[in-house]
Amino acid sequence: MILAKTGNEALAYAMKQINPDVVAAYPITPSTEIVQIFSTYVSDGEVDSEFVAVESEHSAMAACIGAAAAGCRVMTATASQGLALMHEMLFIAAGLRLPIVMSVASRSLSSPLNIHGDHSDSLASRDSGWLQFFCETVQEGYDTLIQAVKIAEKAYLPALVAIDGFILSHCQERIETLTDSEVRDFLGPFKPNYNLLDWHNPILVGPATLQDYYFEFKRGEIEGMNRAIEAIEAAQEEFGKRFGRWYQVIEEYRCDDAEAVLVLMGSACGTCRVAVDRLREKGMKVGMVKLRVFRPLVHSILKNCLRRFKSIGVLDRVDAVNSYGGPLFTEITSVLYDLPERPNVFSYVYGLGGREFTPEDAAGVLEAVLGGKKEELVTYIGVR
Amino acid sequence: MAKLKGWQELPCGAIITDLKAVKENKTGSWRSMRPVWDKEKCRQCLLCWVYCPDSSIIVKEGKVVGIDYDYCKGCGICAESCPAKAIAMEKERK
Repeated sequence: MILAKTGNEALAYAMKQINPDVVAAYPITPSTEIVQIFSTYVSDGEVDSEFVAVESEHSAMAACIGAAAAGCRVMTATASQGLALMHEMLFIAAGLRLPIVMSVASRSLSSPLNIHGDHSDSLASRDSGWLQFFCETVQEGYDTLIQAVKIAEKAYLPALVAIDGFILSHCQERIETLTDSEVRDFLGPFKPNYNLLDWHNPILVGPATLQDYYFEFKRGEIEGMNRAIEAIEAAQEEFGKRFGRWYQVIEEYRCDDAEAVLVLMGSACGTCRVAVDRLREKGMKVGMVKLRVFRPLVHSILKNCLRRFKSIGVLDRVDAVNSYGGPLFTEITSVLYDLPERPNVFSYVYGLGGREFTPEDAAGVLEAVLGGKKEELVTYIGVR
Repeated sequence: MAKLKGWQELPCGAIITDLKAVKENKTGSWRSMRPVWDKEKCRQCLLCWVYCPDSSIIVKEGKVVGIDYDYCKGCGICAESCPAKAIAMEKERK
């Protein structure tokens, strides 16, 4: 079916079709509508989900963890300060290997207070052990949320699906939805890793492990993330075959003979496509590489893709205060470090607190990157 | 001492299936407050048994008979949940 939906509406609709056993959530701007719309589905009897309205995001994630440990398919949604308040619980969900799937309408963190879109919240959760997907469009958000359930349940890891706050969460787009049965057949039933409520086979969940075992359990969790790429590629492949919409962990746009490319995540990829097209018309050899999956970081895929370019501009919609460039920049430069001949890589930070990032901005960056000269370590786009 | 297991031998999600080890670890020694159950006030509603996170309410033949101080950490949830106020929290004596 073809529908006009905002990002929030589309993700709530995907959740309805997924029909999770439990949704525990606390609303926060700009993802409030996801939970609000979903609660309407619950009260109208359109889903079988148990909806738990909790008193904070910390409790939301705690309830999700409890429900997932009891063998349920569990989802939630949050953003910004809410995700920050969940922080402690995020690590527990990952350490317990619980495939909770959460959508985040990504936005800035206070202070100063700002409700608009950037990647500060999601990137601050980078090391929590969650799979992280960044979406360019509402369609991609809808498709990725459905895929993420399958991926998380295969990898036994929780997954965060980010759409840019307001830019995607509140903008209406034409999307192609699947039918309920298509979604449910694609996902199949959830087979939990363990079930706390199975009293015929009692287990202890969340034990204390000290100097003797903590490290080994963490090593196992890291391996789970290392291997998650297999689950991601399998889900993308099956989704493409069934529904004709194909996704990759990274996507190259007009990169074939490109000398300079931009690497970035999220909705600004669309902006960069326009800039690339305009400069291509002028005969400039430029392209874009979109990173859709940030965790696991696909080291070898990125290395093989990026090694051939002369200059690369990495665009971060977040600043890792006083780091050697933005967080995506440091990942990309680390990935390229052991090559005998490396491209020039430049760090740009853009769009904090929802600051507009235009095709003209993107074209300016592309021209500078193509020119290959840069004085400062980090360029803050459009800062007065 | 038994040989420690390597990471590839451990269960996904750090769950413990061998509950013998859990029994050996007497967590009651952590307690600073002690629940004291009053048999006379108790109405046998079993709410304390439902709420106790450490399975430390001893129930025999459907009735509360006491508190297992080997594992009770003294959280006081039983006392809070008791509608008859039959459980009092007292300072743990050395």
